[in-house]
Amino acid sequence: MVDFIVQLLIGAFNGISIGSVLLISALGLAIVFGLMGVINLAHGELMMLGAYTTFFVQNIFNALGDPWAQVYTIAAIPAAFLVAALVGLILERGVIRFLYGRPLETLLATWGVSLILRQLVRTTISARNVDVTAPAWLRGGLQIPTGNIPIQLPYARMFIIVLTIACVVGVYFFLNASSWGLRIRSVTQNREMSACLGIPTATVDALTFAIGSGLAGIAGCAITLLGSVGPNTGQNYIIDTFMVVVVGGVGNLFGSIVSAMVIGIVTYLIGSGTFAVLLSPMDSMQPVVAFFEFFASSSMAKVMVFALIIGFLQIKPAGIFPQKGRTAEL
Amino acid sequence: MTVNGVNQRNPKQAIARQRFIIEGITLIVLAIGMMGVLPSLLSAFQLKLLGRFLSLAIVALGIDLIWGYTGLLSLGHGIFFALGGYGLAMHLSLQLPEGQIPDFFSLYGVQKLPFFWYPYYSLPITVLLVIIVPAIVAAILGFVVFRNRIKGVYFSILTQAALLVFYNFFTGQQKLINGTNGLKTDTTELFGQVVSSPRMQWTFYQYTVLAAIAIYLLCRWLTSGRFGRLLVAIRDDENRVRFSGYDPTWFKVLVFAVSGGIAGVAGALYTVQSGIITPSAMEVAFSIEMVIWVAVGGRATLVGAVLGTLLVQYARTTLSTQFPEVWLFFQGFLFLLVVTVLPNGIVGLFNETLWPKIRGRLGFAPPALTYPSLDNDPDLQKEREQFHTTPPPDHPPQPVESLSDSVDEDRSRP
Repeated sequence: MVDFIVQLLIGAFNGISIGSVLLISALGLAIVFGLMGVINLAHGELMMLGAYTTFFVQNIFNALGDPWAQVYTIAAIPAAFLVAALVGLILERGVIRFLYGRPLETLLATWGVSLILRQLVRTTISARNVDVTAPAWLRGGLQIPTGNIPIQLPYARMFIIVLTIACVVGVYFFLNASSWGLRIRSVTQNREMSACLGIPTATVDALTFAIGSGLAGIAGCAITLLGSVGPNTGQNYIIDTFMVVVVGGVGNLFGSIVSAMVIGIVTYLIGSGTFAVLLSPMDSMQPVVAFFEFFASSSMAKVMVFALIIGFLQIKPAGIFPQKGRTAEL
Repeated sequence: MTVNGVNQRNPKQAIARQRFIIEGITLIVLAIGMMGVLPSLLSAFQLKLLGRFLSLAIVALGIDLIWGYTGLLSLGHGIFFALGGYGLAMHLSLQLPEGQIPDFFSLYGVQKLPFFWYPYYSLPITVLLVIIVPAIVAAILGFVVFRNRIKGVYFSILTQAALLVFYNFFTGQQKLINGTNGLKTDTTELFGQVVSSPRMQWTFYQYTVLAAIAIYLLCRWLTSGRFGRLLVAIRDDENRVRFSGYDPTWFKVLVFAVSGGIAGVAGALYTVQSGIITPSAMEVAFSIEMVIWVAVGGRATLVGAVLGTLLVQYARTTLSTQFPEVWLFFQGFLFLLVVTVLPNGIVGLFNETLWPKIRGRLGFAPPALTYPSLDNDPDLQKEREQFHTTPPPDHPPQPVESLSDSVDEDRSRP
């Protein structure tokens, strides 16, 4: 029985940890999508730029010597935010603002930008992956003594969870307590009416896009703790991130949080085979066990999660928390 | 005004017939050219490339059908392409002596052929399945998505996610379908001949040309009649279609399935001409690239889809052999270009700028600015004469201003 609870706890921790990576990457996308109805296929590349910024900050701080080398992560977060936000701002002013009201064209344009950014990194930096080493205080993990199975909660994962919480809280207060946040929410609800009331929608768009991109940069900084960074890093996250937004519902922060956590936990539980392990003592469940074992790998878990998402959308096509409105459109 | 002499009563039909004849002749000339003349002009390698490009052009036709005409941007056509390709590759892999199973199975310790391979023993069933399987997958995916009125970017994202799912499935299942290694077809045999032999490749090239023409005609037929107009209506205002009493769901499911089946045919033809099918046909980038072919050629013009594919693929082969790193930049800028300054693609540009000039040189009147039916409608003509707004007969009509003026006058009069 203790084993069972421990298994479940490990599952929950790992699931939340996957979920927080998803959430931190989806946060920026969700805001931008909610406001402008624009899907940014270059979002993953903005994350990649954030990750590379972290790499460069690390190199600079390592050159400075030891006390500095330990805190580079802290400095890398704002740097990654700024770099990604700047690129996002250029992208919005240069391309996307000409394409409002044409979401499919925007999608294609951002894909073009994504290709260009990836190739740019490949030619200017290197096509090979670079490694970001976590500072000493983020290596290892917290040991929890529990009976016969010792559990280790990696510090890096915990750091990502904390960073995600900080970002969510920050975004929440920005949107709900600042005057620009008020304007953003107003434009999200009704663009025409906001414009009539004198809100500079173009500025709001640019600002939101920059902030969304900046959040992608922070996400990129976070993913450096999980593995090496390459020009294609962003591509690994982008589709999962979209799924978070689709399931969460457009323009709803809380929906994104719930959907990211649920997707994270379900992915982990299926991918690690926890279900199969948990059910295996029961004889009558053998076919179910075989079924879950078939999906017990991270790539097959995605197959299953996608099927679940499609099933979920049959019940709630506009996500967990749909926007209320009186149009015939969804 | 060019058709007045041909048929005074129903100019629309006359135009349609005229265009049909012109198109038919062009197609026949093209077919003869591609099968009879080109082989002597191009090297075997170039001909093989052309065959591959043409099979990709077939996918582009399918994408044009759903994107250009129906407004559904699918980023997951790689699924259907690969399903078609795998179908034929499975049949070819099964061309073995009685009782044997393809080699790769022994690597993973599989003794018995997985059940879904059995239908692929027979060639007719395979050919059928190459079309049916992708069409059914597309229909199911389309049904669960369209049923809930999920559309626009949501649909695009979901198709992309589906693509990733299929990719994961095919790379993860070594025991069923040989995982990342894919299925090789070039050493297999069909009709007692090695697939990669020049003679077989020539046969496949001919099949590709024929299939391209057949599918072009199919798309032409689908888009020209009432069905085509309904597709365009769904694209332009789906709610209005719904309010008019149609259920767009089924039309969308149908056209998506047709498009999937077309992609399946293309995948099969492409596979035998490139010698291998791997899950990389289901990579995200490849499926988005398919969209750019259509966008470059011109959306909602079937000729544009084919032309765009050939051009982009040609550019790709030339660029990526000489400067591999430039190709991605080029492709990226191409995406930006077609959505910002060239929304109607090459065919659109031609229709807007060059074609009127050519017409002018040939002595035809410049094309009407309103709907031709308004220009040629005898009732409207009578009204115009009544209100003295008809331009002198030797001058072309300037319908936009004059017509709207006349209507206004009409309304203002008591």
